Amino acid sequence: MLAKRIIPCLDVKDGQTVKGTNFVNLRHAGDPVELGKAYSDQGADELVFLDITASHEGRKTFADMVSRVAATVNIPFTVGGGISELADVDRLLAAGADKVSVNSAALRQPKLIDTITGHFGSQVCVVAIDAQQEADGTWQCYLNGGRIPAGRTLFDWAHEAQERGAGEILFTSMNHDGVKDGFANEALRRLSDTLSIPVIASGGAGKRQHFLDVFQQGHADAALAASVFHFGEIKIPELKQYLKEEGISIRF
Amino acid sequence: MSVAIVKYSAGNIYSVVHALKRLGVEPLLTDDPQQLRDADKVIFPGQGEAQQAMTYLREHGLDRVIRSLQQPVLGICIGQQLLCRHSEEGNTDCLGIFPVDVLKFRPTRHEDKVPHMGWNNIKQPTPNASREGGAKAGAQLSRYNGTFPFTGERGEGLSLPFVYFVHSYYVPVCEFTTAVTEYIVPFSASLQRDNFFATQFHPEKSGAEGERILQQFLSL
Repeated sequence: MLAKRIIPCLDVKDGQTVKGTNFVNLRHAGDPVELGKAYSDQGADELVFLDITASHEGRKTFADMVSRVAATVNIPFTVGGGISELADVDRLLAAGADKVSVNSAALRQPKLIDTITGHFGSQVCVVAIDAQQEADGTWQCYLNGGRIPAGRTLFDWAHEAQERGAGEILFTSMNHDGVKDGFANEALRRLSDTLSIPVIASGGAGKRQHFLDVFQQGHADAALAASVFHFGEIKIPELKQYLKEEGISIRF
Repeated sequence: MSVAIVKYSAGNIYSVVHALKRLGVEPLLTDDPQQLRDADKVIFPGQGEAQQAMTYLREHGLDRVIRSLQQPVLGICIGQQLLCRHSEEGNTDCLGIFPVDVLKFRPTRHEDKVPHMGWNNIKQPTPNASREGGAKAGAQLSRYNGTFPFTGERGEGLSLPFVYFVHSYYVPVCEFTTAVTEYIVPFSASLQRDNFFATQFHPEKSGAEGERILQQFLSL
């Protein structure tokens, strides 16, 4: 049976992970390559590395990091952050990434999705969407890490992304992100039940139960989290054991 | 040991190269017929579209080279599909090592999304008349009678290994099936005929289990 995926996300700046981590037994806890390897050894099903560097030099450092990850890690990994044209995708795939995630650039210029999937296939293109539920109940998309409203609703944009060839949707709820009170299960369920491509849930993981809920109630295909893993609040082997005992299809 | 990877238009061979390096093997990436024939093992990887890939192989004479190989050959993902007779993708005639046709997944429930993407388990095929006949015939002809892609001791009651898949087309279960995965329908997760081995999944992305499977192929 196809397994639900558990995906740790690492934010990378100038070749180092930014959010602090208290991973035990790691000499260089800030080294994304070593951290990625540790997660993979613990049973993570995929990894996501997000480049939050703005500078040109930072981009080059990130591509170097991607090739070191590809040499070290034996599970699929996605890279994102600052991808705005086909050349960025080409460079990161050539460095050994399995998938790329596009966010603001795709909202500004939706044809980017067609271009990427036309060249490399749907399976490499993850469309990341940051959205917030407004006072009127609608889910609105935001650009630039949640700073600028994009004037599109979540469901409308997710369906357009799918039509343009996106392989997966990575939806981060800005209302839930960082709150650690569970994922946006209602919106996730609506997404997952109306899209024909996999949905990755992001934002809100605080305890193990939240992962169970996002699979059972949110119908997510995968769940992504950062700090609960980085700070060891939730340990991946224990999380996977718990989910398995609760009847979720999980890889061991 | 020398390992050659068939160099052609289908992308993402980097992960195969890296995986082999992690196993201590420095592979040769080549489209030279002689180099391919001389290698101890040949890997035919890929990710891409069947018709474009076959056109490229024919234009470069690689279709004949691959068919003529005598050493163990491992097709991966689209590599497995191209070793079959025909693919529904682009209505493409393929290499014909495995006399079976590649079909597109047709989901019957909304939960069944296409592509089949992620980790799924593989199990040994259930013996039936056609499979037994095929296995016997294969066993007589083949020098490679191992349990690939399973370890010998895997049997009833043991948990089924998980491996990583990304694909929208599949090879139906046939007499050459050596592992079965269930997604929408039961399909061939791996195939073997004589010296030709193939996996629909990506062993190079399947964690420790995938590395074990690659090592098993290298040890044939």
